[in-house]
Amino acid sequence: MQRKEKGLSRRDFIKGVGSTVGLIAASSYALPRLFGQTQASEPRAAGDAAQARTRAWCMVIDLKKCEGCVTIDAPPQCTQACIAGHFVPKGQQWIQVYEVGMSGGGSYFMPTPCFQCENPPCVNVCPVAATYRDDEGIVLIDHRRCIGCRMCMGACPYHRRFFNWAEPELPPEAALARYSPLYPVPAVKGTVIKCMFCAHMLRDGKLPFCVSGCPMKALYMGDLNEDVASNGMEVVQLSKFLDANNAYRYKDELGTQPRVWYLPGHGENFRRHADDPRPFLKPVWSYGGTGYDYHPGVWPWGETTK
Amino acid sequence: MRFGGTESYTERLERTVLRPLAGTSPAYRVFVFSLLAVVLWGLYAFVVQLRYGLVSTGMRDQVLWGLYLVNFVFFIGISHAGTLISAILRVTHAGWRTPVTRMAEMITVVAISVGALMPIIDLGRPDRVWHIVVFGRFQSPLLWDIVSITSYLTGSLIYLYLPLIPDFALMRDRLGRGASSLKRTAYTLLAVGWQNTPRQRKRLERAISIQAILIIPIAISVHTVVSFVFSMLMRPGWDSTVFGIYFVIGAIFSGIASIIIVMAIFRRFFHFEEYLTEKHFKNLGYLLLTALALYLYLTVSEYLTTGYKLMVEDKHLLEILLFGSNAPWFWAFVVGGMLIPAFLIVFRQWPTIPRLVVAGVLVNIGMWLKRFVIIIPSLQVPLMPFEFGAYQPTWVEWSITAGSFAAFILIFVILAKVLPLISIWEVAEESEKKETRPALPEAEAREKVRSLR
Repeated sequence: MQRKEKGLSRRDFIKGVGSTVGLIAASSYALPRLFGQTQASEPRAAGDAAQARTRAWCMVIDLKKCEGCVTIDAPPQCTQACIAGHFVPKGQQWIQVYEVGMSGGGSYFMPTPCFQCENPPCVNVCPVAATYRDDEGIVLIDHRRCIGCRMCMGACPYHRRFFNWAEPELPPEAALARYSPLYPVPAVKGTVIKCMFCAHMLRDGKLPFCVSGCPMKALYMGDLNEDVASNGMEVVQLSKFLDANNAYRYKDELGTQPRVWYLPGHGENFRRHADDPRPFLKPVWSYGGTGYDYHPGVWPWGETTK
Repeated sequence: MRFGGTESYTERLERTVLRPLAGTSPAYRVFVFSLLAVVLWGLYAFVVQLRYGLVSTGMRDQVLWGLYLVNFVFFIGISHAGTLISAILRVTHAGWRTPVTRMAEMITVVAISVGALMPIIDLGRPDRVWHIVVFGRFQSPLLWDIVSITSYLTGSLIYLYLPLIPDFALMRDRLGRGASSLKRTAYTLLAVGWQNTPRQRKRLERAISIQAILIIPIAISVHTVVSFVFSMLMRPGWDSTVFGIYFVIGAIFSGIASIIIVMAIFRRFFHFEEYLTEKHFKNLGYLLLTALALYLYLTVSEYLTTGYKLMVEDKHLLEILLFGSNAPWFWAFVVGGMLIPAFLIVFRQWPTIPRLVVAGVLVNIGMWLKRFVIIIPSLQVPLMPFEFGAYQPTWVEWSITAGSFAAFILIFVILAKVLPLISIWEVAEESEKKETRPALPEAEAREKVRSLR
């Protein structure tokens, strides 16, 4: 009793400190949610039963139709559409078209987005859970959390992750974009970035930039749960389409279970022969300067470009 | 101190070991300031890197790690010096290690402290390091690293401190009248009321032996886990099951080499000839040879098993490693880091200490190169149908590397002026044991005879 008269007892003090800390913690959690911005990605059309279904996004790439855009004498249009749609920093090709040698000496073209593996090695090694698989099977990166250790880049067996080695030079419009892991624009210096299947478009019921940008309609966006895929022109039954065309997955033996299937070919649907001499053109950027292909120099060596 | 008469072993020991702590010579100050200049230059390079981002390094999307990780593995490697010498040899009661223990444990503490900075410098967003604490996921090998390295640092600090307590007490008691009050307070606090009572002694020895046993598994786990950062990734050359032990042996190998160098330096400049004798160097030379043989064995089995099967990616790796762009470094490691040191240890043509120091320096250079050819070529191998990656370290990376090495030496040199480099009480105890040892069997025999009667 005497203690109370003295003023603050130890118990009261701890209580007070505890409740203050608790209040601050609770308000710091709740306030931004009350008044802050809601992420563009989060709200979905409420009450729409068709949209409430869980998707399992996947991609099918018909290599019979992919001729590396050599027949139209243009850089790969999927990559170009992706660059334009996401203000991709110069030098990064989130969907990249590789020219792959064939047994007979010819070559075929292989567009490679992020494979959105079901067993993603990159997600396993992330120390801060900045990269994760969302409920629709898309591997996303939270650039507000990424610490830039590049473990995920080392883990990805497909070399599908890129690093923002500096503050990227982007067109001014990029600054207007509202960042979300589903739409990682503008790119953040010192973090890892990659293709995310245009998750922001899929939520709105639109096809990804590369799929709609492909003039040959070689790319199909699919949903494994609904067993359907579309390239914007036709809609196919996914499972039958894969089997009928001898679909395979790249480096399937690694056990990463990629969600991108290839239908073998070398662009024959557009009369490209395997030994076609027409050159493959590299993608171009209308912005970005030298990209990350330079070393900024302060004294003593001066600025150098590779 | 007595006048005229000869001083006892303990007195001489105290005088020799404590003399360097009494003051600094001009040469020492010049050395410290030049090291400080290099460290500051490294810091400047880091500021440049912070400002422009990692674009100022030679790393790019393909070769995504570089010198920083090489230095990281190297420093964590030499940190194994302490554990091996002070813990393993203590547990196995190798009496000769006593004068070496302190220096070895100091190498450990300083090397971990500098090495642990390397991955943070390597981060794209060093401003977000705290995310590891807040959002840390234990599934990531990187987090295993952080946990084991911090426990290793804590354990090693304790293990360095415990045997220091009696020496701190000694310094507290021996401080002259001219000593600053700061020194007096520091030593008094650090000595935690040590009065050398039998009870205190018993407790200390118990604590030390517990810590010596505890530190061994931690040390082994540290380098195993460092190797896991690489071997958990699907890359040619890293995708290996022997990586854990390969890294542990490599660490012990370069750790012993570092001790030999450090011992020789302080023997020369601090006049420890009486305590760090040729015998110590010889013994460490044999340990070095053992580690070398083990490392050679693991290197051969590592490359033979991949080279025999020659899967596509391994083939690419071995081509650039053995014959291609990395061949100079790889063969420099094999010849300069293993063969020549082995010859230097085995053939005893030249005087022991310079011979072993040269071997130690060669081993350390070789092991740094080895870490380079473990990390870089694996990243150069293309995973997709494209060309090999290239890596050319920039001045920023070289400066930070130089700064980190200078920081290592600087911290060590400063500590050498604050802590006695030889554990005075342990060496004194060891010499007492030696003096009484011949009497022991006789006493035992007498005891036996008495019991028989």
